[in-house]
Amino acid sequence: MGSDVDPLLTYLLRLADDNLVLAQRLGELIAGMPDLEEDIAVANVALDHLGQARNLYAYAGQIDPAGRDEDDFAMGRSEREFLNAVLVEQPNGDFAVTMVRQLFVDAYQVPLYEALSESTDEQLAAIAAKAVKEARYHLDRSAGWVVTLGDGTGESHHRAQAAVDELWQFTADLFTADRVEDELSSRGVVPDPASLRPRFDGMVGEVLAAANLTVPSDPYQRLGGRTGFHTAHLGHLLPELQWLHRAHPGAEW
Amino acid sequence: MTTTEQPPTDSMRRFDELLRADEKIEPRDWMPDEYRKTMIRQIAQHAHSEVIGQQPEGNWITRAPSLRRKAILMAKVQDEAGHGLYLYAAAETLGISRDELNQLLHTGRQKYSSIFNYPTLSWADIGAIGWLVDGAAITNQVMLTRTSYGPYARAMVRICKEESFHQRQGFEIMVTLTRGTDEQKAMAQDALDRWWWPSLAMFGPPDADSTHTEQSMAWKIKLETNDELRQKFVDMTVPQADHLGLRIPDPDLVWNEERGHYDFGEIDWDDFWQVVKGNGPCNRERIASKVRAWNDGAWVREAAAAHAERQRRRAAGNGGSNGRSSGRDRDTEVRR
Repeated sequence: MGSDVDPLLTYLLRLADDNLVLAQRLGELIAGMPDLEEDIAVANVALDHLGQARNLYAYAGQIDPAGRDEDDFAMGRSEREFLNAVLVEQPNGDFAVTMVRQLFVDAYQVPLYEALSESTDEQLAAIAAKAVKEARYHLDRSAGWVVTLGDGTGESHHRAQAAVDELWQFTADLFTADRVEDELSSRGVVPDPASLRPRFDGMVGEVLAAANLTVPSDPYQRLGGRTGFHTAHLGHLLPELQWLHRAHPGAEW
Repeated sequence: MTTTEQPPTDSMRRFDELLRADEKIEPRDWMPDEYRKTMIRQIAQHAHSEVIGQQPEGNWITRAPSLRRKAILMAKVQDEAGHGLYLYAAAETLGISRDELNQLLHTGRQKYSSIFNYPTLSWADIGAIGWLVDGAAITNQVMLTRTSYGPYARAMVRICKEESFHQRQGFEIMVTLTRGTDEQKAMAQDALDRWWWPSLAMFGPPDADSTHTEQSMAWKIKLETNDELRQKFVDMTVPQADHLGLRIPDPDLVWNEERGHYDFGEIDWDDFWQVVKGNGPCNRERIASKVRAWNDGAWVREAAAAHAERQRRRAAGNGGSNGRSSGRDRDTEVRR
């Protein structure tokens, strides 16, 4: 992002992109879950994330000098312009990967939205106040499932541990900050991302302990999502998301 | 599945009286075995249709052309899963379990609506399904809100409300496409061309060839015949196609002043029966995909059962102070 871009616009896109990319991943799963109740639940969660993305894009559109709308943001930007954390673009994998990824997102979004609902920016505070209720429900569900899998059968425990091992490397990216967050947090608009980390560690630690799962000892962390340096997976997700819209420039849907 | 004992005559009389008085048959009431079997078959087929119906529309969730359309489509597919749940619950009141119904579907011993054995090849198909398929379904389901089996009739009231929203959103997609670019208009016409005849076939075979109609009408399960419902649907839909500026792919379609209805061409029943028998474009794919999801999820369901059992034993052993609920229970508490 060029240095002349409004930091709030960049910040809103970072959060909106997290939600859109995760909604897109969850949308891939609908009608393919282990039972009908989970088909309904995954659609619920996907719809919540999509709704949060749309609220954030709408606000971004209001302050965007180019006057872009939600579909311009979602359909019109390329891989290097998406600013989501790398965690949410990771493939669904098996049910354990899907649920552990969700747990990490939820344990990040609950304290994030709680803090943002106290923002000095009223519109952002209102968006977050609605989203936090959804995030809390998501956390109850993902935490419940991770405990269930960890404390289920030998196979489910093994799969859940493999999922934690695979996804842990993408967690620190959620908490990275640059001058965008620095400037906004100095004005009380957004929390310092690092300040959310203890809550995340506490909640995730509690769930993993109850599930008899452990965090991998490898300290490696893959960073870069917030500045558009993604894993290669995003480059496969976006064409599917954007293809139809881009194939008919200017068309109304 | 439970079966009922030989009827005491006063039970049979009571059943007939309820039907005659247009009152509902409830799960606790005595009913003839054949009535029970017919209701199970019909409700299960309806439930399976909702569940399999998630697939053709789910196929476009990741490619919806705008975020608004994506949200609506996700919500619609979710509604269908919800309808499946109510309907399985209604079937369970007749003494059959969801697991049994699932197995009957997976092994092809129970059917789902043949309409879902056609592929969704363009975005306009999402419009056409809402407009035509949901439109045809509502025509049938409005009748079923008055069907004689209480739990089914009540499920239908709620389902019809949501289906009528689905139908409107489908029609709205078609309106938008037909007012759009030439490519969008062509997409809309192509979708109508492919979905029109299968939608008419949704009402089932002509009355003369329908094996179930007569008995179902005597039991007030069905209140109108296949051909009557089909005519109602055609009469409702032709003016909508005119409004859209689309051409219905039937050279014999013409308003009959004398009858006060549209006359329309003959459905290709050989093709219909081929699809029913499993040889439609997507029969194999739909069941394979359903069975794959079920089998892939086996370890998850086993984990949930094992965890629940361990919790139960822990609760019995130490007063449950360590008890944790599964994801299903929604009451897991994480200290936030």
